[in-house]
Amino acid sequence: MSKPIQRYTARERSNHWVVAIAFILAGLSGLALFHPAFFFLTNLFGGGPWTRILHPFIGVVMFLFFMAMAARFWRFNHFTAADRQWMARIGDVIRNRDQGLPEIGKYNAGQKYLFWTMVVSIPLLLLSGIVIWQPWFAPYFPIWLLRAAVVVHALTAWIMILGIIVHVYAAIWVKGSVRAMTRGTVSEAWAKHHHRAWYREMTGK
Amino acid sequence: MTNHWVDIKNADLIIIMGGNAAEAHPCGFKWVTEAKAHRGAKLVVVDPRFNRSAAVSDYYAPIRPGTDIAFLGGVINYLLSNNKIHEEYVKHYTNAPYLVREDFSFNDGLFSGYDAEKRKYNRDTWDYALGKDGYVEIDETLQNPRCVYQLMKQHYARYTPETVSRVCGTPKEAFLKVAEMIGETSRPDKVMTILYALGWTQHTTGSQNIRTMAMIQLLLGNIGRVGGGVNALRGHSNVQGITDMNLVSGVMPGYLRMAADEEQDFQGFLSKRALKPLRPNQMSYWQNFPKFWVSLAKTFYGKAATKENDFSYHWFPKYDKPYDVLQMFERMHNGQMNGFICQGFNPLAAVPCLQKVSAALSKLKYLVVIDPLSTETAEFWRDHGELNSVDASKIQTEVFRLPANCFAEETGSYTNSGRVLQWHWSAADGPGDAKGDVEIIAGIFTRMRDMYRKEGGAFPEPILNLTWPYSIPDQPSPEELAREFSGKALADVTDPKDPTKVLAKAGEQLASFAHLRDDGSTSSGNWLYCGSWSQAGNLMARRETSDPSGLGFYPNWGFSWPANRRVLYNRANCDVSGKPWDPSRKTIAWDGSKWTGFDVPDMRPDAAPEEDVGPFIMHPDGVGHLFALKGMADGPFPEHYEPFETPLGVNPMHPKNPLVTSNPVSRLFAYDKAQLGKADKFPYVATTYRLTEHYHYWTKNVRINSILQPSQFIEMNEELAKEKGIAHGDTVKVTSNRGYIRAVAVVTKRLRPLDIDGKKVHTIGIPIHWGFIGVAKKGFLANRLTPFVGDATAHTPEFKAFLVNIEKV
Amino acid sequence: MALQSLDIKARSATTTQSPAARKTTEVAKLIDISKCIGCKACQAACMEWNDLRDDIGHNVGVYDNPHDLSDQSWTVMRFSEVEVEQGRLEWLIRKDGCMHCADPGCLKACPSPGAIVQYSNGIVDFHEENCIGCGYCITGCPFNIPRISKKDHKAYKCTLCSDRVGVGLEPACVKTCPTGAIVFGSKADMIHHAEGRITDLKERGYSNAALYDPKGVGGTHVMYVLQHGDKPELYANLPKDPGISPLVGLWKGVTKPLMNLGLGLAVFAGFFHYVTAGPKEVEEEEKTD
Repeated sequence: MSKPIQRYTARERSNHWVVAIAFILAGLSGLALFHPAFFFLTNLFGGGPWTRILHPFIGVVMFLFFMAMAARFWRFNHFTAADRQWMARIGDVIRNRDQGLPEIGKYNAGQKYLFWTMVVSIPLLLLSGIVIWQPWFAPYFPIWLLRAAVVVHALTAWIMILGIIVHVYAAIWVKGSVRAMTRGTVSEAWAKHHHRAWYREMTGK
Repeated sequence: MTNHWVDIKNADLIIIMGGNAAEAHPCGFKWVTEAKAHRGAKLVVVDPRFNRSAAVSDYYAPIRPGTDIAFLGGVINYLLSNNKIHEEYVKHYTNAPYLVREDFSFNDGLFSGYDAEKRKYNRDTWDYALGKDGYVEIDETLQNPRCVYQLMKQHYARYTPETVSRVCGTPKEAFLKVAEMIGETSRPDKVMTILYALGWTQHTTGSQNIRTMAMIQLLLGNIGRVGGGVNALRGHSNVQGITDMNLVSGVMPGYLRMAADEEQDFQGFLSKRALKPLRPNQMSYWQNFPKFWVSLAKTFYGKAATKENDFSYHWFPKYDKPYDVLQMFERMHNGQMNGFICQGFNPLAAVPCLQKVSAALSKLKYLVVIDPLSTETAEFWRDHGELNSVDASKIQTEVFRLPANCFAEETGSYTNSGRVLQWHWSAADGPGDAKGDVEIIAGIFTRMRDMYRKEGGAFPEPILNLTWPYSIPDQPSPEELAREFSGKALADVTDPKDPTKVLAKAGEQLASFAHLRDDGSTSSGNWLYCGSWSQAGNLMARRETSDPSGLGFYPNWGFSWPANRRVLYNRANCDVSGKPWDPSRKTIAWDGSKWTGFDVPDMRPDAAPEEDVGPFIMHPDGVGHLFALKGMADGPFPEHYEPFETPLGVNPMHPKNPLVTSNPVSRLFAYDKAQLGKADKFPYVATTYRLTEHYHYWTKNVRINSILQPSQFIEMNEELAKEKGIAHGDTVKVTSNRGYIRAVAVVTKRLRPLDIDGKKVHTIGIPIHWGFIGVAKKGFLANRLTPFVGDATAHTPEFKAFLVNIEKV
Repeated sequence: MALQSLDIKARSATTTQSPAARKTTEVAKLIDISKCIGCKACQAACMEWNDLRDDIGHNVGVYDNPHDLSDQSWTVMRFSEVEVEQGRLEWLIRKDGCMHCADPGCLKACPSPGAIVQYSNGIVDFHEENCIGCGYCITGCPFNIPRISKKDHKAYKCTLCSDRVGVGLEPACVKTCPTGAIVFGSKADMIHHAEGRITDLKERGYSNAALYDPKGVGGTHVMYVLQHGDKPELYANLPKDPGISPLVGLWKGVTKPLMNLGLGLAVFAGFFHYVTAGPKEVEEEEKTD
């Protein structure tokens, strides 16, 4: 067995999981208020009013930790020519026909898209959330802005949830990925296969 | 009110002037909206402010405060010049055809008989020319230059539309539009009503303001008519009741004029008041004065009032001068009054010129305040900073506060503006040590009587002999008092036409003041209320809603004085032959043998139309008075005089006669004369008023009212605000020559600058409801600003027109 | 708060039919602005009946007090000085409060099941015990009516005295109105009554007098008689053609179910991808490579 390669430090992993937990809580509480079909989720938070009270604070936590995480990973998420080639072959990626894919750095184009989606969405959620935050801030904004903010908040959250569904599925689908965020390491084979450029960088091979 | 609240719904035209019914009488105002909605009536508002009444009016005309007589004089001129009068009515039901003494005159603002030194008229010449038969001479053609009609025409010819506009600031077209609408109701099938209140009375020409409109209503044939009349909207739920009792110091209950000092002879006193008819066949109802007076005296003194002692006439006070509120505080201010019992009254706020009132109260030895609430008066001695800056250590007045019940905690009768007495039942007990007013007064009386019994006194008889027949002397019950004021037979009362017929047995309640006698066999505490508690029981407690007339008389609801009559002078609702002018609005009619109908006839029931008995039965001539004779202190025809603080400095009707700039006979004390301001320093007209959200100085103690109108403000027009750099919500200081207030400015289009004789006059509106006591935001009592001067006849203070300056602070 | 439970026409955040066995007559309150004197008796009656007491505020240069609606002031008079014709001042006084829309934006926007209900008589009522205080009703309302309490963070507004109406009484403001400017009855009767008033107003020269029963919200159960029916905005900005904001419609209409579907599809897509395409496992030879 070859030596595992360190992909995430403990700090990075903790950061990710704070964001992830906050996201799940914010997502569940948000969904509860999003549609009657999910209202039952308020029970997880101690009822409707508690859901309304907690949701924005969870959101703020998510925002702050996400910003820290974004700062950490910012530099790995610049698009490169290889990413474009990789994207051109996304169909093959999905069909598990990975032969001949370009050499990818730490993140592939899909991950980068997710990153930038989050970078845009989370501040938007924060801003629109502040506008509709009862009882603290909402009374200070005009109603037209409240109306717009509600729509922006819901749409953004939706996009984000979709993105996270893809993100979570990808982690399950691409075997060997989860341990990167649980243990911090990936196998050499995994790194070589999925992120060869990064693998070379890390191992010098 | 000559008519009553519900009757407003029968009007074709409603004028609100000198009042703001929607603001101050919102509940009664419902009948205005009824008239508009169901009769298609028009509502016209004439007021310095576009007020809440104007908000729902069909037409609004602005007017400068204190110029109502000029406006209404202009209307009289319009009606006479355009033949918009109800001719048959005027000829038969008014004194228009009556001839006036040759020596009566009017020159440059003064009527004959003026004494400049005393500021008083000798009113001898203000009288009819009497013929050899003792009756007034008349000219039915109305052509004689000495007839009232011609004198009136001449008097008001000066009030042209141009003059009205010049004096009042009302645009000429607006004035003409109002005059035209009023003129339309001269038709027999059209009726106008007028609703007024303190906007007319609180002027130095207050009584004459009302008289001018009464004259207009006579000319239009609108008095005695269903949907017509002259209607004073009273300010308190029972202020009509206290007026009927003895609000004015010179009258006893039922408007029985008190004796003056020089009237020591009982028979002379009676005969002077029992006016003989001035025309043949007239009822001259005051001929019954002795019956009313003796019955009143029997109520006071019972068995002690005998024929031999002139029915205790000599125990009744005689007046040396009127004791109106201004006179009272003048005396107090001069140190001529030691004690003051202040019951349900807040003079520190309600009498003009707070500074004088405060100084006056400080000179008392004791002050007793009987009130359900803490009032400013009860705390006049306490320093409240700028709002009431006094040094308590320098005030020796001992203040006793006796907590009283409020209206909802008492049982008794109310008399509303429409003269309807309604019994009410207490809804709750008073809190703490509060007692009913009756109990408090009774307690004071019985203790005083005990002191007189034990210690004697200078003149104990009036106190010791007073009848006090109540089962609990310290607690007369409302029922006992009501039976007493209604009246009872002390001996059997028989029909004068048929002495075998007993109208009331001894001890029975009387059915009507027609049964009162001047021989001591009856008692009644107020002849007007006689019959309100008859053998049939307490008629004031009736609540039957049947209305056979369909006109809203509700004859079995409560009891309407006099004699349960709903519309006064209702004989005038019919033409000379006894048929209603307008068959759709029938009250009574002559059926060939008697007067009968939906209302109680204001006429001898068997007085056939041919007898020509006039409808104004209280007058010795039986007709309505266009010429007031000696009834008014300031002239038989109303004349425009400027408010005592005038923005013009002269009377534009008489610019060359400084004697008549303001009312030449209004009483003006020296102290207050010095307090008057002039237009050079105080260039803006101010007027005070009430808001619908509040009730005088009471409801600032009530949370809900205070929520609805929390803090003090003044109103001013946009132009003046711009000129002074004042914006909505700025704090301003309003100053008169007597003091200042600070308040928030409400800048509004509803007040507008008026063009008076080429000069721009701005009006500042000052609502009065704030003070230094209560749960509302504290404010300045508005009477820090107002002048201590009153009407010539009624002495009502001039709260409605004075001068101020305004500045942003 | 109200007593009814069997005559519910619509219920917030509820996708199935609510109990509707009982049918009641559609009611309406008609406010005739041409009869209104702005005495605020309706405000006082509202405070009395509903046991509300707002703060004692300040005059800010207008007659409107309290200055705005609040959790303690469910109705306020709004005073507007306007000159529709040059030189002819009018003081239009409008009693503001919930309009009880047939198509209530607040109910549509509310995320909490049963916090807002609409009875079959047309009354839109807040049930504060179900309110979570999110304020979405504010965004849904085309008339800017609901207010969140600073004390308990629940939304409040006029109930049209549903408790009184439920037992056959008229709303407190109607009972107290001294001039008859506020009347109450079946919606059909109120429309009929308004027609009479409009005829009267037209005879008095208000040629554009009209009933305000805006179709954009399906009609309302509080209606106005306006002297200037063509210019409702004169009356303290009464909206001329109110409707639920398209933003609210966008967010609360079919969009949400579609979005739910989208999320569900994404999950299913993943699942079926996994069971069809299978996981992406790194080849053994690569490991040893």
